[in-house]
Amino acid sequence: MPGVTAVMQSSSVVVAIGGLPIRLRCDNPDFVRMIEERYAGFVSSSDSAGFDFEIELAPPGTLSRDEDVRVTWNSGRWLMERGDFRAEWNPSTARGHIRQTITPYSLDSVLRIVHTLLLAREGGFLLHASSAIRNGRAFLFSGVSGAGKTTMARLAPPDAALLTDEISYVTRREGRYVAVGTPFFGELARVGENLHAPIEALYLLAKGPENKIEPITGTDAVRGLLENILFFARDPEFVKLVFDTACDFAARVPVRRLTFVPNASVWELIV
Amino acid sequence: MKNYRYVARSTAIAARALGDETMVMSATDSTLFTLNEVASVIWAAADGVTPLDEIVAKKICTQFDIAPEVALKDAETLVEGLAGHGLLLLSDQPLVQPPSSRGEAL
Repeated sequence: MPGVTAVMQSSSVVVAIGGLPIRLRCDNPDFVRMIEERYAGFVSSSDSAGFDFEIELAPPGTLSRDEDVRVTWNSGRWLMERGDFRAEWNPSTARGHIRQTITPYSLDSVLRIVHTLLLAREGGFLLHASSAIRNGRAFLFSGVSGAGKTTMARLAPPDAALLTDEISYVTRREGRYVAVGTPFFGELARVGENLHAPIEALYLLAKGPENKIEPITGTDAVRGLLENILFFARDPEFVKLVFDTACDFAARVPVRRLTFVPNASVWELIV
Repeated sequence: MKNYRYVARSTAIAARALGDETMVMSATDSTLFTLNEVASVIWAAADGVTPLDEIVAKKICTQFDIAPEVALKDAETLVEGLAGHGLLLLSDQPLVQPPSSRGEAL
């Protein structure tokens, strides 16, 4: 039945972030096309996927964003909820279901949560940080909203490949921490490049009257890192995993305070 | 008058010694604490079976220049504060730690 096959193909897309392919199915082909455009550069050409999510679109006006994210573990499933979506995911079957509004922002949030959960088990995390690759090494620029993540991304020189201006993807490969490009963007509204490189340093951002770099060590480094890790699940086992990873990361990767004047001269220090 | 003698680290925490300090994170609400050198010694010794006054006498007063009665009072303030955040358990009887609640979550 060729016709049926064609319909099935048009209603799913595989999005691979950090090398983890997730199939997203929806009976609304317009929404699937929206996903393909939103995650351009991260859509897999292969149909194989490690995880499968069915998306159910809620009628307009039935859901709202006016709630905080809640992520809980219950009866073998992760439950993820906010005003504009309700999702559940069973890791043992690798299947999940998302009920959400038709905007891509809800799906973006679900994917971020799923990746934080997957990364935690592998010794990685998502970080509030912009990141870029220069000379084959990745640099992360982390801080709260307004600290300068997007500014650093915007000021990046032409020889730097931008991985993200908002949410950095940190994973472990062959015993090293690696930064991976993501489609999660902030004010720059630009999808990151789908590249990866070993992390050379993590910079905690602060704006100031001059450009300077100061090392941060010990508990200050771990605290600075933990304050910026995306942390959705209030689950004891999950919290322990993320805490241990943060301690390990801070012991292996240089953490520094980058005070900077918001102009291109700051990148002279990032080599 | 305190009604406990034994102190034990909660299982609902994650902790790591970093230099002379110790970072402790509550696994229930993700609150992060940094213990200084003296507090770290008490934390490390809080095994649930060694009385607090013994910890102070053998671990604190032998390493730090502090009067025993002052050290014990400070230690009580510390452990009661940490217990208030769910990081330590206090008891008048020796404490046995329960096993971890769940092995695989993901």
